[in-house]
Amino acid sequence: MAASAPLAREPFDKSLLLVAPGALFMLLLFVYPFLYGLWLSFTPKEGGALANYAHFFTTDNLWPTIWTTLKLALPATLINVGLALPIAFKMRLKTPYQRIVTTILVVPITLGTVLIAEGMLIYFGPKGWLAQFLQFFHLYDGPIRLTHNFTGVLISLVVSGFPFAFLLILSYITGIDPGLARAAATLGADPKAQFRQIYLPLLAPGLAMCFCLAFVQAFSVFPSAVLLGSPAGPTRVISIAAYEAAFEQYDYSLASAIAMIMGGVQLLIVVAVLGLRNLFYRGPVVGGKG
Amino acid sequence: MTAKSDLIDRAWRGFLLGLMTLFVVNIGLMIAAVATSSFARRWLGTWLPEGWTTTWYTAAWKEFQLGSVLFVTVEVVLAVVLLSLLIGVPAAYTLARRNFVGKRALMLLFLLPLMVPPITYGIPLATVLYQFHLAGTIYGVILANLIPAAPFVILVMTPFIEQIDPNLESAARVFGARTASVFRHVLVPLLAPGILAASLLVLVRTIAMFELTFLTAGSDSQTLVVALYYAVFAAGVRAPQSVDAMAMIYMGVTLVWLLIALRFVNPTQLVSRVKEHPQGAV
Repeated sequence: MAASAPLAREPFDKSLLLVAPGALFMLLLFVYPFLYGLWLSFTPKEGGALANYAHFFTTDNLWPTIWTTLKLALPATLINVGLALPIAFKMRLKTPYQRIVTTILVVPITLGTVLIAEGMLIYFGPKGWLAQFLQFFHLYDGPIRLTHNFTGVLISLVVSGFPFAFLLILSYITGIDPGLARAAATLGADPKAQFRQIYLPLLAPGLAMCFCLAFVQAFSVFPSAVLLGSPAGPTRVISIAAYEAAFEQYDYSLASAIAMIMGGVQLLIVVAVLGLRNLFYRGPVVGGKG
Repeated sequence: MTAKSDLIDRAWRGFLLGLMTLFVVNIGLMIAAVATSSFARRWLGTWLPEGWTTTWYTAAWKEFQLGSVLFVTVEVVLAVVLLSLLIGVPAAYTLARRNFVGKRALMLLFLLPLMVPPITYGIPLATVLYQFHLAGTIYGVILANLIPAAPFVILVMTPFIEQIDPNLESAARVFGARTASVFRHVLVPLLAPGILAASLLVLVRTIAMFELTFLTAGSDSQTLVVALYYAVFAAGVRAPQSVDAMAMIYMGVTLVWLLIALRFVNPTQLVSRVKEHPQGAV
């Protein structure tokens, strides 16, 4: 089936048309809006082509949103990936536990950030069960403020991001041929050495991918930053700024510019992480399923 | 192994176990807190509420017009599942079986929407949809939700298609079957498990998709999760218990479908492409 001869000489394969609706759909609804947004961001309501970008980087409630978002997203991603890696490594063998734990962890992902935010407002609130528990056992007697601030948003990013990172890393780890680790064990490698010498190098590309995806998700945090944070102050993230520009000031041009800046920052981090990955072993993510 | 490193090893294992337990217990308690509050008569700073009632559910149903919101949700989800299968399955077939110029670029095109977070491309998308007067309508919501759904179907379906013996198709073609009837009589029956898995995964993801629906929905095209966001956002206006009752209804809808989905797919498939053998997904 696979065309090994130059394609031009073969008659046109009509089944290639099957991919056309999908491709057309993506071009119309993904590529075109993106290019349109890019063009729109250079045609501001007033001023020259770069006026929107100049406005963003000189306005006091706009440009700091980049740092606000990074200050939330980077720690959240580090916590999520850092905790998910050892736990996923411990659970790499196919046991009933693995099934149970993955099933439990998929629940917060499917419930979504809005429900997590509502749950956290009650549970982590100043009079919620957690505060009551801590005060009842005198573990912490000061006022407990875990909602409507930076901490609340960070916790919510961990609650929704950790299961995501865990499931992703687990799917990478279980894709590594266990025969490799068994071979190492025959040569006397304990689990720690197996992890360092076999799994970590093979996981490097997957880990980098997981870090990127987890970071990009945390970077675009929106519902929990509004509901659980203080959207006017310490958790005014960049997506809030973009939303306000589009739907409160109806300045689609500025909103597109902010969305482009957002995409640009994400891209920078992704490129940096993927560049770091190349310092490690380069090879296929999966060595065949054993 | 020395005694000391053995001790460290155990402490490390205990630490990980403790962390995991803490995480799961707190999530469970968080959900239990919402449930308790939704049945509470009055609940202010005590362990348990003063009395129990179910009136918040009827109140929430009326206040938030949940009947019509649920109807919109069902319409959107069904349309997204059907359309994403119609777009995704044939595309996945071609991508799995044929080699052609620009295949890699096309793969990238289908992968990108899953890598870029919805809020980044959602804002330019909403702008375009407003221009065509589609935003604020249910059609806009469906189109927006298709952008991550169709590529997701392609990713899930590809391994299922790859494991079908191409000789079966060739045999059908020898007997004169056209592509349409190859699909109807050979591929679709063989792909049934894959199609079921893909549609359940898309269904669960679309119910929970907040950002794209939020950016494109009007007041009469909100899905359940967006209505819940507005309810929490304006929480001060209404009794917190009725917001929680609504949250419980949302949770119920999502969890029922999640439980059904988990019978046919692996939990990791909800977040990633699993290169596992499709049969491995119990």
